[in-house]
Amino acid sequence: MSHRCSLAALAFAAGAALAASPASAADIRISCYSDGNECPVQKEMSAEFMKENPDINVIIDEVPYSAILQSLPVQLAAGHGPDIARVTAFGTISQYFLDMRPYLKDADYWDKNFSKTLAWLRPTPQDKGIYGLPTQLTITGAIVNKSLFEQANVPMPGPTVTWDDWAAAVDKVAKATNVPHGMAWDRSGHRFAGPAISYGAKYFNADGTPNVIDDGFKAMGSRFLDWNKNATVDRDVWVSSGGGYRDAFSEFQNGQIVLYYSGSWQVRRLEKQIGDGFDWVVAGDPCGPAACSGMPGGAILVGFKQTKSPEAVAKYLDWFAQPQRYAELMSKTENIPAQQELQTSGAVKYNVTAAGNAAIGAFLTETTRLSPVAYQLQGYKYNFQIFNPTVDRLSQAIAGQITLDQAYARITQDVADALATANQK
Amino acid sequence: MSATLDRPARFGAFVGRLLGGLYGAIMNLPERPMRAAQARLRDGRLGWLFVMPNLLVFAIFTFLPIVIDFWYSVTGGAQLLPGDRPYVGTGNFDSLLTCKNYLDPTTCERDLFWYGVWNTLRFVVLQVTLMIFFSLLTALVLNRKIAGRGFFRAAFFYPVLLSPVVVALIWKWILQRNGILNAGIQAFGGQGTDWLIHANWAFFWTVLVSIWGHMGFYTLILLAGLQAIPADIYEAAAMDAASPWRTFRRLTLPLLMPSLLVVFILAMIRAVQIFDEVYVLTGGGPGTATVYMVQFIYQTGFAQGVRQYGLAAAGSLLLAAVLLVFTLFQLRTMRRGAG
Repeated sequence: MSHRCSLAALAFAAGAALAASPASAADIRISCYSDGNECPVQKEMSAEFMKENPDINVIIDEVPYSAILQSLPVQLAAGHGPDIARVTAFGTISQYFLDMRPYLKDADYWDKNFSKTLAWLRPTPQDKGIYGLPTQLTITGAIVNKSLFEQANVPMPGPTVTWDDWAAAVDKVAKATNVPHGMAWDRSGHRFAGPAISYGAKYFNADGTPNVIDDGFKAMGSRFLDWNKNATVDRDVWVSSGGGYRDAFSEFQNGQIVLYYSGSWQVRRLEKQIGDGFDWVVAGDPCGPAACSGMPGGAILVGFKQTKSPEAVAKYLDWFAQPQRYAELMSKTENIPAQQELQTSGAVKYNVTAAGNAAIGAFLTETTRLSPVAYQLQGYKYNFQIFNPTVDRLSQAIAGQITLDQAYARITQDVADALATANQK
Repeated sequence: MSATLDRPARFGAFVGRLLGGLYGAIMNLPERPMRAAQARLRDGRLGWLFVMPNLLVFAIFTFLPIVIDFWYSVTGGAQLLPGDRPYVGTGNFDSLLTCKNYLDPTTCERDLFWYGVWNTLRFVVLQVTLMIFFSLLTALVLNRKIAGRGFFRAAFFYPVLLSPVVVALIWKWILQRNGILNAGIQAFGGQGTDWLIHANWAFFWTVLVSIWGHMGFYTLILLAGLQAIPADIYEAAAMDAASPWRTFRRLTLPLLMPSLLVVFILAMIRAVQIFDEVYVLTGGGPGTATVYMVQFIYQTGFAQGVRQYGLAAAGSLLLAAVLLVFTLFQLRTMRRGAG
């Protein structure tokens, strides 16, 4: 009897121990998704970190991007999230972020070098928390098939030329070279926002509340609709795939378009997949009457409050944040640094082709032309609730289901509904 | 010598007794509690004890989610945990069902839901009709003694074995602008079409792809039904010089009716639930031309930054009500058939 009891007690104790502590105190579990090679590089560098910090064990789970968008919020709400995750949509999970400030040796370094991107993670402008390490700054911009311009003998527009002039130029090139469309934009409200801001869209009222539809937004909305109708823009990208994001990389790669509006995260693919198929250049962001702005973005490694090892989480991210290692991370992943000093110092050396180097340089230049509205929109907690209806409703208008005015009314209503749901307590 | 021979035998006997005793002890373990239960519950209620494990599994994995779904449908907010969600009564249902003109989704508060409803209705009518027609036609052909019958039976059933995502991806490669279909048309001097950009074409292809993916299953049911019809009836008809059409109309069709009803109900339920292959093939586009009810529920509840679980739950309950009607109809039909 006593033997049976002790066996049962042992089994119970083992079970309880397993349930209570899935990992030892210094284990850090990270959910990581890759745009290119980010997770493998992080794994490689984490091995170095673990050598220097043998008391901390880093476990990196490579997950698809959809898991970060869809599963991570549920995991966090259920209290079973990872210690760190690489995220791009910050607003709806910001309540779970760990403020690392108390655990950092030199918080001033972070404040000084990551001020612009750290602000995106803060729930209010007054908040001073340090919630994560930006591992990639992305900038949207136009990527152009230079070979087609040369074939068509059309001069490429300069950096301050408007979207209208670009549309006319790529149309001319497309006709001369027998390419089906002048341009294509990724199917994303984030991509639409940059050109809209350039045409005067403000997205917010003076008090910071969202007000998506204004004259600037409409100016770009009607242009985009016209370009889709007259085949300047490849409508297949926005119309044929409802329900979510779609990029137009394959159209650009296959020489089906002259201008591809996407962003800096494509540089690696452009290099690897186009190679010397044709010459391409980054033309930056075309202008409008209000600005020549794209949209910033990026992925951030954030720690979560529910971690059992907040010191280890902060130590790990601080290790990566130091200039030399951060530069190494940027160099190996071919990303634009969010660390502001590295953006201008040129300390990040990329092992890329001349075209790749020129592209990264061009995107870096674009960081200086970003409109404050673009930063505000990217930092807005519910920006996906603006981006998603923008795509869905404009797609409906392009498909001819609703008018542009109906699309604007629906965008306003969709945003209001989502905010009402988010604020319902 | 005998001692050395006896030792393994004795050991064997010991192990046998030990295992036998152990087996007996294990087998007798439930004896006492079962006797006690029998004495307490009597035979009439003892059956519940046996089905209890199954009932518990059902309760946890089927009934509890339904209860939770009910709770979500009458609560609002974006909070995930049921306890954190504010009660809103019928607010979500009101929001879904508010329309100035139900025939025009643009006049509805939740236009996407109504696009989903009307698209689903159109899809069900067209897909189920065509599905039954083609399944019956295929079953009739495969029931004849044709060359390669085994191969054709396997070939028609093969798509059923594929994941819906695989089915959709195969067809996407066929139908996309630079896909196989357009390449084939252009090879013969024709002009390709943007099959997935034009609303009517996209809708047509979602119907056709879903028929292609599921027809084999229904063909199999009808084939079994056809083979269950006694051959002597056909012989008698042949002796009476009945034409093939008359034989089909007066003999095959009435005798196949129970199988056809099962196919009709199953195809109807599956059509109402359509989601996976269409989501991969068109994503609901162009615009909302192929958004069906389940996609609305999925997108509202899971694919938005601010997840409107309450609205999604209310939508799922409305869909469940439709499915319940079909299921009850199926049960009644099957009971009648059995009777």
